[in-house]
Amino acid sequence: MLAWTIYISFLGVLVLMLLPKGNASAARKVAMLSAVAGLFVAVAGFVQFKVGEIVTVAKLPWIPSLGIEYHLAADGVSLTLVLLTGLAAVGGILFSWNIEHRAKEFFAFYLALIGGVYGVFLSFDLFLLFVFYEIAIIPKYFLIAIWGSTRKEYGAMKLALYSFVGSAMVLVGLIAAYVVSGAHTFNVMELAKYPFPHDFQMWAFPLVFVGFAILAGMWPFHTWAPTGHVAAPTAASMLLAGVVMKLGAYGCLRVAMTLFPQGLENWSFGVVGFHSWRDVIAVFSVIGIVYGAVVALVQKDFKFVIGYSSVSHMGFVLLGLVTLNTIGLSGAVLLMFSHGIIAGLLFAVVGRMVYERTHTRELAVLEGMNLVKAMPFAAATFVIAGMASMGLPGFSGFVAELQVLIGAWKAFPTLAVISGVGIVIGVAYTLRAMQKAFFGEAEKPLTPALSPSDGERETASQDEHHHAMDAISVPERIGAVMLIGVSLLVGLYPRILLDVIVPSFDSPLFDWLRKGGGP
Amino acid sequence: MTPWIVKNLWLIPALPILAAGLSALAPQRCRKFSASLAIGSMVVSFLLALCAFAHTLQHGGHGAAKEVFNFEWLRFAAGDAGILKLGWVLDPLTAVMLVMVTFVGTLIFIYSVGYMAHDKNFTRFFTFLSLFAGAMLGVVIANSLLLLFISWELVGLTSYLLIGFWYHKPSAAAAAKKAFITTRIGDVALLLGMVWLYSQTGTLLFYDDGGGCMEKSALAKMVVQATGIGMAVSTGIGLLIFIGAMGKSGQVPLHVWLPDAMEGPTPVSALIHAATMVAAGVFLVARVYPLMAVSDISDAGRLFFSNTSPALQVVTWIGAITAVFAATIAVAQNDIKRILAYSTVSQLGYMMMGLGVGGVAVGMFHLITHAFFKALLFMGAGSVIHGCHDEQDIRRMGWLKKYMPITFLTYAVGMLALAGFPLVFSGFWSKDAILHSAHGWSVSQIPFYLGVAGAFLTAFYMTRQVALVFFGSNRSRRGNEADHSHPTIPPPHVGGYEPHESPLVMTAPLIILAVCAVGLSAIGTPAWPWFQSFLGQHHGEGGFTGEVISLMVLSSVIVFAGLGVGWWLYGRKPIQKADEPDVLENLPLGMHAWFAKKYGVDELYEMTVIRFNAWFARACAFLDEWVWGGVVLLVSSLAVGFGFVSDAFDKFAINLGFDQSCDGVTRGGKLMSRLQDGRVQNYLRIIGVALVVLVLFLIWGGGK
Repeated sequence: MLAWTIYISFLGVLVLMLLPKGNASAARKVAMLSAVAGLFVAVAGFVQFKVGEIVTVAKLPWIPSLGIEYHLAADGVSLTLVLLTGLAAVGGILFSWNIEHRAKEFFAFYLALIGGVYGVFLSFDLFLLFVFYEIAIIPKYFLIAIWGSTRKEYGAMKLALYSFVGSAMVLVGLIAAYVVSGAHTFNVMELAKYPFPHDFQMWAFPLVFVGFAILAGMWPFHTWAPTGHVAAPTAASMLLAGVVMKLGAYGCLRVAMTLFPQGLENWSFGVVGFHSWRDVIAVFSVIGIVYGAVVALVQKDFKFVIGYSSVSHMGFVLLGLVTLNTIGLSGAVLLMFSHGIIAGLLFAVVGRMVYERTHTRELAVLEGMNLVKAMPFAAATFVIAGMASMGLPGFSGFVAELQVLIGAWKAFPTLAVISGVGIVIGVAYTLRAMQKAFFGEAEKPLTPALSPSDGERETASQDEHHHAMDAISVPERIGAVMLIGVSLLVGLYPRILLDVIVPSFDSPLFDWLRKGGGP
Repeated sequence: MTPWIVKNLWLIPALPILAAGLSALAPQRCRKFSASLAIGSMVVSFLLALCAFAHTLQHGGHGAAKEVFNFEWLRFAAGDAGILKLGWVLDPLTAVMLVMVTFVGTLIFIYSVGYMAHDKNFTRFFTFLSLFAGAMLGVVIANSLLLLFISWELVGLTSYLLIGFWYHKPSAAAAAKKAFITTRIGDVALLLGMVWLYSQTGTLLFYDDGGGCMEKSALAKMVVQATGIGMAVSTGIGLLIFIGAMGKSGQVPLHVWLPDAMEGPTPVSALIHAATMVAAGVFLVARVYPLMAVSDISDAGRLFFSNTSPALQVVTWIGAITAVFAATIAVAQNDIKRILAYSTVSQLGYMMMGLGVGGVAVGMFHLITHAFFKALLFMGAGSVIHGCHDEQDIRRMGWLKKYMPITFLTYAVGMLALAGFPLVFSGFWSKDAILHSAHGWSVSQIPFYLGVAGAFLTAFYMTRQVALVFFGSNRSRRGNEADHSHPTIPPPHVGGYEPHESPLVMTAPLIILAVCAVGLSAIGTPAWPWFQSFLGQHHGEGGFTGEVISLMVLSSVIVFAGLGVGWWLYGRKPIQKADEPDVLENLPLGMHAWFAKKYGVDELYEMTVIRFNAWFARACAFLDEWVWGGVVLLVSSLAVGFGFVSDAFDKFAINLGFDQSCDGVTRGGKLMSRLQDGRVQNYLRIIGVALVVLVLFLIWGGGK
């Protein structure tokens, strides 16, 4: 049944293409219907899921000569992320309800992206996974290049190039695995059982892991993320941070770590204190955590702050993955979910609520607008989302980061301490952005430095400017309440997800990781 | 069978949180609704807290009885080891704190009705206040370091929201941010301590029928293990937790946020930044006291607790230094609330020191008495500010005892309690207990002397404050004329003001608190140390031994000296104008300037930590934009450059060769084609020339 998440999305694309041109209202309704149906299927699948199982959804031969199958299946990890995708999809449409410019194409690309993402999370055949992975990247490019802002061509191109470099690395790894195993299959469960030679794993693991981790925003391959987020339209940056970055982290776990677990073992030598790829990745993750946070601290563009905060949080996800203990791994998965929700909400506030009304994202300009008066709802939403983002207890991020920290403490105590610094700076940049954007001084004279395309609005006086802002619309309110509600629910009752995630790590797929992994 | 009150202890924090939720949903104009909801919930919580208190009394008290209720919150991993539990505990420590927080809280809530009456965000204020109360009560009842941490963070959040309540004042917004970030630094240490504790013991419950992390088996495990740098694991974890407590309780060097936090409304200062939240750090240390105090283990597995364990030594020293450090700053402040704020920091130092040298009961006794008289002082200060139309500079007050007699009398009680006036005021007994323990501390006598010096300073600055505010002459008008010539005094209110007494809703809580400030002394004197034995920490024979009496005499002398010097300098010959220099400015070595500048700690942080952080962040941003971006640009320009090269190669090497060969062929073709262009005369010419060449060839030697 879960396969319907994919079909419904592509069905939505098809229907949208058949719609007459210029009917934005019909287009968004179709998109909404499709996304809600997808979410419904995801929730139903989640409810019916038997904990600890790997459910096979579909398994048909596709290219028999190469042993490629159309094989969809789900375990607790993929299910959690499917659920996230459903939520993010609905949220994204709610926050792009006002799209009028080529709405039909916009939503068609949007749903194609969603369909691809569902596909990646559900594929248990690696070739199929790779196909869906590519399907997800292409609409991404167009969404940014056509509907984006601020250096959109640059952002879109950078994103696409990085993604394709990553894909190329992944593809080489996959083909190598196929050839070396000689098993004539891309089935991840079969390949996971195959004992690849140790030396082979030693180079195949970093190749595939980094290939995926590029999309997860791993330092130093992260620079596509902030520019891409900034250039993207609201819904696209919500998806980018919400689910696309998770594709990368998911790939790391599902492909690299499952197929080539021995790649995490110690080398026979040490290079400046590094003894394994695991050390390297852990250090890169922690650098990403601190680095993303400090860079966020000095950004002048509101959206860049959130963009870099995503880099920082994804560092926690990757750190959780290489802890190689259940607590850290399940924390990483929970954090993927949590960050998907919260980052989506933050981007929604910045991109939709603030930018589309004020036409600026410059914190220095926003500071003079005292937006809390003009849009109290947006301010309240951002305060709550900011609190959630900085890992305040009660929200989903806290439990997840706590788990990652506990896991990391067992594996790399020093790095756990350093990542604590990242948490402190996380508070600082969130508060800074919050106060500048919403609680600026009202007395300050307003000097809106608007982008040239909005030049005609510049003539509006300060008062008119305030009045000119539309009230926060109903879809935005629904979206904000939905995402906050989910984050709170998971934060207060984490078992709702953890009881599904944790047993998944008992499956044969993670045999090696569970046995304690490396050192 | 768990008793009803233990099982339902969660109601005590839940009720105010519920009230907060309801009043958050209520529209702004429902002022009465939200105020009565908040007060009502606090009253019910207070009654429940009394039930809990009675329950512990009934079941013996004496520290031993710990009734817990634990439940499973989540599963990290399969099996028992992966279960994370939360829970709450009812023991004398909890019970005492519950009663104090709910009682002081209720009074401050009532007082706020009067104080905030004119604020248009009245409902929001009560929402935050209730949320705070709930979170604080959550800290108190938590039987799990995790639940404590969750509530702790919520407390920090509400404190942030309340300090920044008047966010349109830039100073308030900055203070809120500073408070949140500074305490958060401590919180991260606490978080790491918690993570470490969990990895060591596999549980975060304090008490769990022998399986908790404050119980014997876990402690034994931690005290024998050593960390990389030689100290026991228990010490390492204890110190990390203590850093968290330092952040919340404003201990040096993390004290900088607390004085700034006075930007919040005064009831907030009273409730959060004097009575309850800042005491949470002290409470936390008291809660994890076994971990802090455990020092050794015998071969037979017997644990030894002592007040000279490494962790407690740190606690003592930090507390003693804070006590004196903040007291000296308080001497040179002119803002009525800032004096009290530094006094709070100083008193929190006393509490920490009390915990370090004397144990839970000593530190907690001072916490409780301080909560009452400091809340009283802050609310009295609020009443003064309210009555003086938002004037906060004590140099611009004076002779207020005529205008606000109730405020004056209650304030005087609070001041005497804080100063430690002998025998009838609670502060005397609680401070004396700390000094007594410090005197008996085997490590060093210096904390004792620091404590004595602090006691002198406390009496001194409180006398100065009271003399300037309530005695002398009213300088509110007289200061006006001098304002333009004296830049340090903020501009006056137009036309001065006539001070007035505050309404009953504000003075009634003052009276009740004043009674408590006196009455509490009855429960903890050496003659009848009920409080100490209730908390189960009273050892040795009580009563007035010779040592106790001599210390009492000593501290009385110190207090009288402080009061006397203060009155001599400020009360005897009151200043006449607001801009007169402070008599202490004559102190040698520019000491007064140092005090007034708060030793420049803020500036130091500004110059070091903050500047470094900004520099580092900019460096990283630069790195990101130019280096990583540059690498990408380089790679892409290399790619593009390679494209150009390929293109050029194509054009000039491959194409050129191709074209040239083509051209060559064409030219060759053209050349050839000329040979057969069909002109007969050309053919004949060629034949003719060829014939001539042939003949010549044959003539010159071809015919040999």
